[in-house]
Amino acid sequence: METKVAKKKLGLKDRYKLLTRDLGWEPSYHTKDEVFPYVKYEGIKIHDWEKWEDPFRLTMDAYWKYQAEKERKFYAIIDAHTQNNGHLNLTDARYLSALKLFLQAISPGEYAAGKGFARVGREFGGVGTQVACQMQALDEIRHAQTQIHAMSNYNRYYNGFHSFADQRDRMWYTSVPRSFFDDAMSAGPFEFMIAIGFSFEYVLTNLLFVPFMSGAAYNGDMATVTFGFSAQSDEARHMTLGLECIKFMLEQDPANTPIVQAWIDKWFWRGFRVLGLVSAMMDYMLPKRVMSWREAWNIYGVENGGALFTDLARYGIRIPKHWDDAEKAVDHMSHQFMLALYQWNFGTCFHTWIPPEPDMEWLSSKYPNTFDKYYRPRWEHLKKLAKEGKPFKNFGLAKLCQTCQLPIIFTEPDDPTMSCHREVDYKGNKYHFCSDGCQHIFENEPEKYVQAWLPMPALFQEPLKGDLGAWMNWTSLIDGKDNGDYVGSQDERNFQQWRGLATTNT
Amino acid sequence: MPVAALKEYIGVPRDSVDKFLGQQLVYVSRDHHLLFASAFLTCVPPQMKFREFVEGPLKTLIQPDPDAEKVDWTKVQWLKSNQPWQPQFNLSLKENGIEHKDQIRFQTPGLNTLSAA
Repeated sequence: METKVAKKKLGLKDRYKLLTRDLGWEPSYHTKDEVFPYVKYEGIKIHDWEKWEDPFRLTMDAYWKYQAEKERKFYAIIDAHTQNNGHLNLTDARYLSALKLFLQAISPGEYAAGKGFARVGREFGGVGTQVACQMQALDEIRHAQTQIHAMSNYNRYYNGFHSFADQRDRMWYTSVPRSFFDDAMSAGPFEFMIAIGFSFEYVLTNLLFVPFMSGAAYNGDMATVTFGFSAQSDEARHMTLGLECIKFMLEQDPANTPIVQAWIDKWFWRGFRVLGLVSAMMDYMLPKRVMSWREAWNIYGVENGGALFTDLARYGIRIPKHWDDAEKAVDHMSHQFMLALYQWNFGTCFHTWIPPEPDMEWLSSKYPNTFDKYYRPRWEHLKKLAKEGKPFKNFGLAKLCQTCQLPIIFTEPDDPTMSCHREVDYKGNKYHFCSDGCQHIFENEPEKYVQAWLPMPALFQEPLKGDLGAWMNWTSLIDGKDNGDYVGSQDERNFQQWRGLATTNT
Repeated sequence: MPVAALKEYIGVPRDSVDKFLGQQLVYVSRDHHLLFASAFLTCVPPQMKFREFVEGPLKTLIQPDPDAEKVDWTKVQWLKSNQPWQPQFNLSLKENGIEHKDQIRFQTPGLNTLSAA
């Protein structure tokens, strides 16, 4: 009788070797430079790709298993959310503005990151790096998908969720994150890793996800909390990849340090500008707030970021160049953003509002040095105009920054009463910037940024020729439903009516 | 290096003046008046007289500010590209040297109702 011999199981080490490092080979009928044409032009010197450490040692077979398990859990909760009328459990429908902004501006960024990692996974020379990038590419696509699915339930009941893909391409405020990712994707593979893998995923991600997911939990949005949890273990892997990549570059050759530092300077500032949108979400759009933007910055920016740069000091890396300007902006930016979004709310695919008095008091307590002095008088004046039946709409539109593409709503770092004006002449054309940080980024690579598609100037070109109605059709913004003040909106009416049906007899 | 690239790379600006159908962009803002979140973007013909620019788009746009009516336009201090500058009201934008995407600023000292001192 034959005895059945148990199949020999591979140990973790062997499995990792076979499914990762062993997948590479030495090309014989093409040179390595031909196979990997983009690894040298940025000036980064790599002597030994084998020195790449993969701290997770995750192999593709295990990856599929883990991710499938997470997907099953995620969709079970999303189904329950839908069946139990989860859209009525929100603290207030004002909260939805934060979600709409997230869906239009951030989720497409996840997808863009997926494309970017797929590309750099192909372009890097080492197998360990290639496999890690492949997994992150898949993660990012999954994140975009789960976010879109999680929010799709709200689309059945509320305005502003219906055309996020058009808005991703055409909306003036989404050109900010889009240009951020386009900038990274049109850079070389190493700069991409510093841009997305390090600056965004490592230095800044907690400022986006932690407050956002806690905000969702505080405001009864189980769908968003669920995708947050589902993404969390991936994020840990992404942060490690980002950090591993920067250490690898710095350890391979000392000549890499100044190049890496310049990228850190650039991408810290670009990321900080994109996250400005989060500051307005945290301080103004969450009906029940978790912490102020200032408090989040102190924890995730100053403490965590500070510790990180202390750690990197041994490689000769210092804190990003415009860190001090960022610190000075933190007590102002959420107010500057929300005032701007309010006065241009005929052109936003979400609602804004004048903060009710209790919110103003909260803002004044969280920003004791800035809110009452600089921003409350503006809100009070806007309140007066609204009361007189002349709510302020700023049809002057805005001067946009050539680099970050945000409206130039920021003030001088040392004078909050004075707008920041920066301009550069390049080849006979004028270009404007919101800050020294953005101006320096332009000056380092002007041929890249002169091509920026700036949505507000574009409105006055063919084919829109300044026609605001045509612009709304083009961006799929439904005037009178998706845009304008929350007070008096269909979202407000519906939420109150449905909530009323659930809690009263009339 | 004007851009990090494998070979020579020339960018083509997306908002050069030829794309504005005979008009041009002019940015205008009033210092220390931040009810308006950003400088205004105006798209106007270069033949427009500076006076028409002030009486038309500019006065309309600054109207929501409580200091709008109090501006004495004969005493306003002007800047172009952040340098002191004196426009001629009866000349056109072009004759005043206002190019595509120029930023004009004006100051009205003493008027600061909504601005912290």
